[in-house]
Amino acid sequence: MLAYIIRRVAQSALVLLVVGLVAFAMFRFVGDPIENMLGQERTLEDVERLRENLGLDQSFLVQYYRFLENAVQGNFGLSFRQGRPVSDILLERLPATLELAFVSGLLALLGGIALGIFTAIRKRGVAANIIMTTSLIGVSLPTFLIGILLIYVFSVELGWLPSFGRGQTVQIGGWSTGFLTQSGLQALVLPAITLGLYQMTLIMRLVRTEMLEVLRMDYIRFARARGIKDRAINFRHALKNTLVPVITITGLQLGSIIAFAIITETVFQWPGVGLLFINAVQFVDIPVMAAYLMMISVMFVGINLIVDMLYFAIDPRLRVDRTAGGH
Amino acid sequence: MTDAPLSETQISTTAPSRMKRMWDSDFMWSFRHAPVAIVSAIIVVFLVLAAVFAPLIAPFDPFNPATLNLLNGFTPPGEANAFTGDTFFLGTDDQGRDVFSTILYGMRISLFVGFSAVLLAMLIGVTLGLIAGYLGGWTETIIMRIADIQLTFPSILVAMLIFGIAKGVTPAEYRDQMAIWVLILAIGLSDWVQFARVVRGTTLVEKNKEYVQAAKLIGRSRFSIMLRHILPNVLNPVLVIATISLALAIIAEATLSFLGVGAPPTKPSLGTLIRIGQEFMFSGEWWILLFPAATLLALALSINLLGDWLRDALNPRLR
Amino acid sequence: MTNTPILSVRDLVVEIPTRHGILRPVDQVSYDIHAGEILGVVGESGAGKSMTGNAVIGLLDPPAHITSGEVLLKGEPIHDISRDKLRRLRGRHMGMVFQDPLTSLNPLLTVGEQLTETIQEHLNVGQSEAQKRAIAALEEVGIPAAAQRIDSYPHEFSGGMRQRVVIALALCAEPELVIADEPTTALDVSVQAQIVALLKRLCRERGVAVMLVTHDMGVIAEAADRVAVMYAGRLAELGPVRDVITEAKHPYTSGLMASTPLASQGQKRLRQIPGAMPRLGALPTGCAFNPRCEFAKDRCRQDPSPRLDTCDGRAACWFPLNIKEDTVA
Repeated sequence: MLAYIIRRVAQSALVLLVVGLVAFAMFRFVGDPIENMLGQERTLEDVERLRENLGLDQSFLVQYYRFLENAVQGNFGLSFRQGRPVSDILLERLPATLELAFVSGLLALLGGIALGIFTAIRKRGVAANIIMTTSLIGVSLPTFLIGILLIYVFSVELGWLPSFGRGQTVQIGGWSTGFLTQSGLQALVLPAITLGLYQMTLIMRLVRTEMLEVLRMDYIRFARARGIKDRAINFRHALKNTLVPVITITGLQLGSIIAFAIITETVFQWPGVGLLFINAVQFVDIPVMAAYLMMISVMFVGINLIVDMLYFAIDPRLRVDRTAGGH
Repeated sequence: MTDAPLSETQISTTAPSRMKRMWDSDFMWSFRHAPVAIVSAIIVVFLVLAAVFAPLIAPFDPFNPATLNLLNGFTPPGEANAFTGDTFFLGTDDQGRDVFSTILYGMRISLFVGFSAVLLAMLIGVTLGLIAGYLGGWTETIIMRIADIQLTFPSILVAMLIFGIAKGVTPAEYRDQMAIWVLILAIGLSDWVQFARVVRGTTLVEKNKEYVQAAKLIGRSRFSIMLRHILPNVLNPVLVIATISLALAIIAEATLSFLGVGAPPTKPSLGTLIRIGQEFMFSGEWWILLFPAATLLALALSINLLGDWLRDALNPRLR
Repeated sequence: MTNTPILSVRDLVVEIPTRHGILRPVDQVSYDIHAGEILGVVGESGAGKSMTGNAVIGLLDPPAHITSGEVLLKGEPIHDISRDKLRRLRGRHMGMVFQDPLTSLNPLLTVGEQLTETIQEHLNVGQSEAQKRAIAALEEVGIPAAAQRIDSYPHEFSGGMRQRVVIALALCAEPELVIADEPTTALDVSVQAQIVALLKRLCRERGVAVMLVTHDMGVIAEAADRVAVMYAGRLAELGPVRDVITEAKHPYTSGLMASTPLASQGQKRLRQIPGAMPRLGALPTGCAFNPRCEFAKDRCRQDPSPRLDTCDGRAACWFPLNIKEDTVA
């Protein structure tokens, strides 16, 4: 097991190195950093000094190493657009995105698993068929349209919920939370549904497919042949086996919520890192783009790692097989 | 069918009987018995034709400033404009452009980007998948590792990054002109992995079959074996993925354009139109938003439903 | 009442509606199994033997369903009772053993969990009593150190041991009938004999009625008291195992024997039956076996398929073999 963990961590580090290379290449080769950082009025002296400061006179590998060294310390330089340290801007914006992602993820996970089980058990039922058809519409419906639709119904027509922003936030240490005020919670409703709905649909369809697959297994037939109650078969025998493959993909889905938040944050003008990123793309603010990429990668890789570890907790076969070194 | 006309058709040509056989095949049988698939197919064909022949159908050319009259702005659908007395089937936007015409042209761009991006993704994915599966070794490891890493990230994020980088590389004055091509590149590059994985899997199975070994023995080149023997086997799954990818690509394009990192307002796609329309949601000009949104939904949904059916029809085990 | 068979199947018909018409994987099958008796059901794959077992225990996969006939358990009809009543009978009064022990056990639950769950489902006992019975059940099927192994997961057992666990599970709520569907097919040859011996022993000791479905004539000869031979969904022959093996009356059974290497039959050269069993969608008119039968006559090709009760009760054949006043010239 230890060997397996070490190998997985090494793999994750490799992924981060590759992503770092991409981020660094963006930094170095997209546009001229000097051009970007100094305005029109610059002297040759300024250019030289900045070139030296940025280490642009060094070799490629040295520059890459220094980039990584800085990145590990959270130092991504100054935003071209705002002129402030990128890490400060990101940290300021991160709580908004994390809170949104957390609520959406919870919604997607609980709703998706419950509906997936339901539609698998009642395979031929009317309600299950309606849910499945609706879910296909859900998959085809671009996230931003869902958001616009919700805004139209609940903000424009009914006037129940705010259509943009985070409402009032409370500052706790370095963390600004919207969970503690009424307007903050109200503002969270529509974006969370928008962001969670698509993931929920995916998780639901995945759970359904896997569960149907499991329900066809011999051990389910054998359990039926022993007269075990349907409820026990569905929830004790089938569900546990369903969750093993579902966990990986679901883990990744939840990770991608942070990325999909870009769209939702734009629709609702939610002041998170996603909105920051899309503005950076629009204005080619390379340091922000690179930093966002690195941050997201660390999160994804971390989630991947946790998901892999979860496997051990659920599947007793792995506890034996994988310690032997097989993957 | 009675006996007499059958013998006649047999004499005349083999074509009708082939058509007949195709019509009777399991594939067509399941199509004829899937009303959802039939309706979806009709909608897709209808929308694609409308987009292709947009210049003939559209009552106005929305990109020709000479035909625009700002006074016509915000005309509701079907009503006469208060200043000019003109009526527009689906109304006009803020600049007096006919919404029906902008939708037709917008759909043209959406479909063009969608098809081209899928084609690009397919080209890259199938090629790399074939190479990885057939050659194996280091080539395979490198290709599939890259695929794995890319798969860690949602394709929409990859597309945004590629778009951002490409934007940074192109000079500012060409950015609008290049936007469509950059979009195709970004979406195409973000979506090749699915193709590569499936093609590699099939190739691994096929390359050890006896007919491939036989082709090797009689001295056929690797290239010709890949092309003539292995490629035909991957067509079915590739077709399914391509259909589903098309819906995803159209949605991706709309999303990017909606976010303002896609098609420019001078050449609006459906996503751009929705972005423009959203601004007028609060002021009551709902038609500027609703009609492009409904069109996008119809397009994406019917392609998705078609892809869903296609996957079931070509792979009954997955049902 | 002592003579009421444990299981009684009367004119059972199972049908599957398909796009190409209705298929009948089980067609008017009748037989009885008494307490302490093993009935072997033998035939090629697709002959309807497994389908018969599934129909009895009520586990037909839709769209397959029983269209006519009766299934009686200890004289009580069970083919038309509610899903829930039938479920209560399964495990408690009839158990089933499947072919592949590797896939029959839930990989994520321990053997003990699966046993106690079944015991507590059917018998009104507490957790500790169920645990005791579970250990006893494992001991009975010959699992060494049962008390220690009860908390093991299925993957920690070997194939043969797993099949023993499966049998323990099928028997742990003390059913009177066990349907064993190809219980030895997926096992190593050396283990097969042990499992057959185990089934035989449990049948004798407990007085359980066993329906042993297999395509292996050797297993039948070793374990069964009587044998039912199935062909294309119908019973071809039914009789005591010695009689059927030594003097088969149906040409198909005779061909089956001639193609099976039975230890008891010495060095006779193996023969094959020409052709293959017809698909259910394309049965010939008349006797289903007539295209492959070397003795087929016009009657076999024209008259409706012969049945056990319209013939001599032993073989469903117009012209049974080994009859003293042999009409076959």
